[in-house]
Amino acid sequence: MIRIGKYIEQFINWLTHNFNPFFKMVKVGVETMVDGVVGLFTFLPFYVVIALVAILAWRRAGWGIGVVTALGLSLIYAMGYWVPTMETLSLILVSAFIALIIGIPLGIWAARSKTAGRVMRPLLDFMQTMPAFVYLIPAVLFFGLGKVPGVFATIIFAMPPAVRLTTLGISQVPEDIVEATRSFGATPRQLLFKVELPLALPTILAGVNQTIMMSLSMVVVSAMIAAGGLGEIVLKGITQLKIGLGFEGGIAVVILAIILDRITQSFGKKKLKKNAK
Amino acid sequence: MMPKLKIENLTLIFGREQQEALQMLQQGKSKAEILEHTGATIGVKNASFEIEKGEFFVIMGLSGSGKSSLLRCLNRLIEPSAGKVLLNNVDITALPDADLQKVRRKEIAMVFQKFGLLPHRSVLENVAFGLELQGTPAAERLEKARNVIELVGLKGYENMMPAELSGGMQQRVGLARALANEPEVLLMDEAFSALDPLIRTQMQDELLDLQEKMHKTIVFITHDLDEAIRLGDRIAIMKDGEVIQIGTPEEILTTPANEYVSSFVEKVDRKAIITASSLMDTKPTTAVFRKDGPEGSLRKMRATGLKILPAVTVDKHFLGFVYLHEVLEVKQRGDKTIEAVIHRDVPVAHPDTTVEQMLPFIAETDKPVAVVNPANNKLLGLISQTSLIIETMGSQANPQA
Repeated sequence: MIRIGKYIEQFINWLTHNFNPFFKMVKVGVETMVDGVVGLFTFLPFYVVIALVAILAWRRAGWGIGVVTALGLSLIYAMGYWVPTMETLSLILVSAFIALIIGIPLGIWAARSKTAGRVMRPLLDFMQTMPAFVYLIPAVLFFGLGKVPGVFATIIFAMPPAVRLTTLGISQVPEDIVEATRSFGATPRQLLFKVELPLALPTILAGVNQTIMMSLSMVVVSAMIAAGGLGEIVLKGITQLKIGLGFEGGIAVVILAIILDRITQSFGKKKLKKNAK
Repeated sequence: MMPKLKIENLTLIFGREQQEALQMLQQGKSKAEILEHTGATIGVKNASFEIEKGEFFVIMGLSGSGKSSLLRCLNRLIEPSAGKVLLNNVDITALPDADLQKVRRKEIAMVFQKFGLLPHRSVLENVAFGLELQGTPAAERLEKARNVIELVGLKGYENMMPAELSGGMQQRVGLARALANEPEVLLMDEAFSALDPLIRTQMQDELLDLQEKMHKTIVFITHDLDEAIRLGDRIAIMKDGEVIQIGTPEEILTTPANEYVSSFVEKVDRKAIITASSLMDTKPTTAVFRKDGPEGSLRKMRATGLKILPAVTVDKHFLGFVYLHEVLEVKQRGDKTIEAVIHRDVPVAHPDTTVEQMLPFIAETDKPVAVVNPANNKLLGLISQTSLIIETMGSQANPQA
């Protein structure tokens, strides 16, 4: 019998042991970010937050979505889940933000270098297909219980689409446009920022949307390691067999998902339309 | 004078075994042998030629002939495997990246078959793109871009997006973008091939007009010999990566280097290209006025079997034609000169008069056409009616066959 698990365990232990100060630093940093965002959302009166999000949804995705947003968030408030929803939203935003900060440059790198792309591909496959729960274990070992391991596991789970779609977007830029740009003496940097990224933007934004949606699903799961938020309510519903509680939490998650999806999708669509013109 | 562009033994090999393929090539092995042995394909084989400043140089070949690859070696969009490209005597192939970028920004600009415009930018921004890459301040580059836009006839389209324009208009944007950089050399890769025939002809005319004003050094790639002939000062014909003939359009048409070239030449409408100077007999028999009287003229007619002779002065000024029966008449009258029977009011051709322009002469039964120097009216040669008719009526036939 081959005990791969044993080696992975040893590796994780080795990481925990040797990089403890690093993990501590990351923990403090991420904690500060999450707490800051949660603090902001809960400091503002709920109706201000609802109004701001609804206006954003209306501007980006039309008045229909704006109304749905306002009603949905009001329902969440009325159900009494305002604070856990804001916690979940903060976790999503922080995780997705970090996933994008790491994922998009990795995607650019993979598009530029065939070797990098070849190395990254199986890793991304691995990250995406591994059952999400599994990430929770090393996350706890590195960071203990709480929000930070939740964010960590979420980043790993949600990053692949950002990397993939960035690579796809850049490699889809027509060869003749890249060639023309080079022929006018563009540096690789100019090529990237003036041509490749603008043209890949709709695809990259589709990746952003995917990353945010995957963050949402993972943030809920990470309630298992005490990340808090709506996941905790759903989890309570499962463990205590309280059907009503589970559905209430679930409905809040669905509302949040619809709002996030429509708003982030709208960015990609607007861009596409302008290009098609 | 130093050539603007000098290409020396330029070779381009696609594939991994570059060195080995290069060696085999130097040993004179064929393309097929090299492919079999190394798996490498020869893109361009030992191309050498020079292009003068202000010259419109056309490289013509079918797809796969290596013409586009050769063009891309000139600004190193493709790195040549061996050989040199000298621009103003500086070897481009040896330049480090930063200097190469400078050359691409300032000295060599390119126009593409598929236009290669930025779809997310307006016409104006596209035209200013090259200047933007150079770091030209916004106000200055937009000003320059507007000027060039006017030059290529795009005024009023500044704020449109490329996708809103027709193919011809898009290529004007491509041309304007290249011209905005004020390059010395313009590389045009099948620039008009994607356009409708009518638009294409129009663009060719406009390019020629522009070239008359700008005097850029242009390297133009095409698969169409008609286009090559219309545009080029000189044409290089490529086949299988090799340059097989370089010459002026007329040289290509009149003396094709081999079967391959002549197979193209056959399909060309020669009337508009072949000029009087290539059809004329440069040593025609003439009746020399005052020296040759009726007696002398008749002797020359008998010797050549001709019924008509051009009459010239002693220093070769063309006077007109004399006809056999009239010379006989003056002889019977006993005149000592042919002055009275010289037909002076005849149309003449100049050396660069094309066959097309000489078509009206054909009707003049049996009369040859005199070719004179437009500056001093001296007779340069004579085109017989026979060769004129063959050239106009028989231009579909292979002149070599």
